[in-house]
Amino acid sequence: MKSHVLRPLWVAIAFVALVLLARYFLVPDDFGVHGESFTYNFYRAGNVQEWKDFPVKFRGTAVCVDCHSENGEMLAASPHAAIQCENCHGPGRDHPETGEPDVMILDRGRALCLRCHADLGYAGTSRAAIPSIDPVRHNVDSACIECHAPHNPDLEEME
Amino acid sequence: MTCSRRTLLKNAVKGAIAGALPAAAFRLLSPAQARSAVEDAGVRWGFLVDTARCVGCGMCVKACKLENEIPYDAPVTRTWVERYVVTRDGRTHADSPMGARDGFTERKIHGGEAIDPGEVVKAFFVPKLCNQCDKPSCVQVCPVGATYATGDGIVLVDRSWCIGCGYCIMACPYGVRFFHPVHKVAEKCNFCYHRITKGMKPACVEACPFGARHICNLKDHDDPVTRVILNERVAILKDEYGTKPNVFYLGLDHNVR
Amino acid sequence: MVEQVIVHGAEWTAKELFVYPNEFIYWSIQIVMYPYMTGLVAGAFVLSSLYHVFGQKDLKDMAKFSLVFSLALLPVAMLPLLLHLQQPLRGIEVLFTPHFTSAIAAFGIVFTAYAIIVLSEIWFVYRRYFVEQTMALKGKTGFGDIVRRGIYHVLTLGAHDISAEAVAKDHRAVTVLAAIGIPVACFLHGYAGFIFGSVKANALWMSPLMPVIFIMSAVVSGIALCMLTYIIIMEWKKFKAILARGRGDETVTVIAGVEMDVMSKASKYLLGFLVAAITLELLDIIFRGYTAMKSWDILRDVMFHEDFVKIFVLQYGLGNLVPFVLLLLPGVTIRRLVVALVLILFGVFMMRWNVVIGGQAFSLSFAGFMHYHLPMIPHSLETYKEGLFGALTVAVTPFVIFWLINKIVPSLKEV
Repeated sequence: MKSHVLRPLWVAIAFVALVLLARYFLVPDDFGVHGESFTYNFYRAGNVQEWKDFPVKFRGTAVCVDCHSENGEMLAASPHAAIQCENCHGPGRDHPETGEPDVMILDRGRALCLRCHADLGYAGTSRAAIPSIDPVRHNVDSACIECHAPHNPDLEEME
Repeated sequence: MTCSRRTLLKNAVKGAIAGALPAAAFRLLSPAQARSAVEDAGVRWGFLVDTARCVGCGMCVKACKLENEIPYDAPVTRTWVERYVVTRDGRTHADSPMGARDGFTERKIHGGEAIDPGEVVKAFFVPKLCNQCDKPSCVQVCPVGATYATGDGIVLVDRSWCIGCGYCIMACPYGVRFFHPVHKVAEKCNFCYHRITKGMKPACVEACPFGARHICNLKDHDDPVTRVILNERVAILKDEYGTKPNVFYLGLDHNVR
Repeated sequence: MVEQVIVHGAEWTAKELFVYPNEFIYWSIQIVMYPYMTGLVAGAFVLSSLYHVFGQKDLKDMAKFSLVFSLALLPVAMLPLLLHLQQPLRGIEVLFTPHFTSAIAAFGIVFTAYAIIVLSEIWFVYRRYFVEQTMALKGKTGFGDIVRRGIYHVLTLGAHDISAEAVAKDHRAVTVLAAIGIPVACFLHGYAGFIFGSVKANALWMSPLMPVIFIMSAVVSGIALCMLTYIIIMEWKKFKAILARGRGDETVTVIAGVEMDVMSKASKYLLGFLVAAITLELLDIIFRGYTAMKSWDILRDVMFHEDFVKIFVLQYGLGNLVPFVLLLLPGVTIRRLVVALVLILFGVFMMRWNVVIGGQAFSLSFAGFMHYHLPMIPHSLETYKEGLFGALTVAVTPFVIFWLINKIVPSLKEV
């Protein structure tokens, strides 16, 4: 009788073969080194397109002013010109094409304005150039927009 | 069963296994597929942050969360802004409440003390995001090849392959990675890959009203942002780790962590 | 189905001062358990090999036991990882697409190799027993007997020759496997140390000493656990025998319980590895303090302030110094030995805790801290898996598995 000593080895090889067989079916074909190095470029190639296909949400001001030209012009002439419409109104997504969202967000809260206009007292920073108020003292019971029109916040030109 | 039939059976099995092994190994290690899937080699994405212009409004963080579907109320974010306040006594106070999702609206340092404006020597804001490193330590440690660098330099995570071990999160020196609260895989900023590959700008760049964030193609020397990176004095974060980051900072203070 | 929004780590992390927004204690109790369990695996195997390879005859009985116990520990080494992974069903990917630049990818290969070695070695040790059992159970008609005979028949792998020559071949194979197995067992646990030591982003973990420290303390914990379990089992058998005798059962022989000279031999190895482990850990701290790199300030705060009790009182004091003294003082009794072994096991556990949790106790900013609150009473799947009860599940399972395996491969009696 031949030696029995190598029998566990055959069992081990059978197990490894099983794993490789499973791998053949379960690992996508495009998995491999796609680039210069195994260290940094070992992946499933199909994933790149999946990320490219990720849905875009923010459309950009140029798309908004196509319809909302009046507000757009007013904003562009005001100190708020650099602020994107979607910063305050939320992402356009498919508005108005599929009605998703149907209406844009109208945030009337103080928190939105305080992002820039809360006085933090840091002289010498670019923030100091923005007109600011103390949030716990300045008209605490009112919404900012009761006095300051968001698309034209300059009180001198307020109608 | 006689000895000879047994031997035949044994040899047949051994032969099949021996044949399967190299066949299976070949596909996994084949670099032949490499060139076909490599992105346009003429692009290498880079980013410029001008800390002098950042006012800490946090619009970038809000835009990023909405664009990239990161749960709004979860305390994790692909990009964030840090506030640094240096006081007369030589101490540096820093915070980033919810990653500055709601901006900075209080003088009090989050998790710290209230600061008297008279004591402030200097204060500034530092936006941070994934550096899309040339030698990303996070990619090096992924055990299954779920995170990787594309040909144009962006480090992506394959959500269908990541096992959620968290090794990449531990390996990133900049703390930009986290577990996505819904998908339960590793997650991080990818420069809005779905936007930049369509000629759009990342959501944070688009949202910033003050021009503190810029994206560019480092290989295009005519790109005005690239020209700033090449010609002006810019800094990178934590260069001692050898990761070779591609986010460059104007006005980076030595106090920045 | 509403998908749950769970920020992994937020539940048990408390932040202090300046911590980056995305930082939480992601590697919690299960990542403490994992190196602990693989350490026990490696240590148990090394102990068994001390007999098989280095011919330490005093350790013969313990060797058989620790080999089988090492096998019982092996699947349990995988358990903490499965409980930790955010996508546990994808865990098999480490075998399918291993990214070998990652220390964790080594896991698939090393774990499989080690399992093969341990299983093979056990096969060679018990092959004669399997054959004898198939012969003894032949012709029995009870369902249990038929099942048992079937199992033993499969386990023989068709090798029925139990002549003196064949059995001698078995013994030689055991020696070879035990010898190969030592470096593999060391690798199994050394790479766990490499997982931490190679993370340059973590100021506490990054150190070339980490793999060596882990191996030394792993062997310590493995030997200690085997000694402890062996003592408990032998003393329990002795106790049962005494009780049976007391009830008038004359057929029972009262065994001597645990042999002190076997224990003192094992203790010497234990002490040797313990000294090595402590020396390296202290060397690490001294070097860090001396070179005082950027991270030293926060590390010093964590080691000497936040975690002072956990490191110096619990780990070094109770876990190292006290057992050291207990084992060196003359006149060691079983009781004193048991106390020392329990403290050593506790000390090694604290070492894993202080490395894994301690490494996440400070922020990447070096300007803030994170405090870990182990979830005690589970109220969700996550707080079970990564909480006290998850850890207890992992701690108890090897004993359950050992009890099951022992029915097929009896390791506590002469066979």
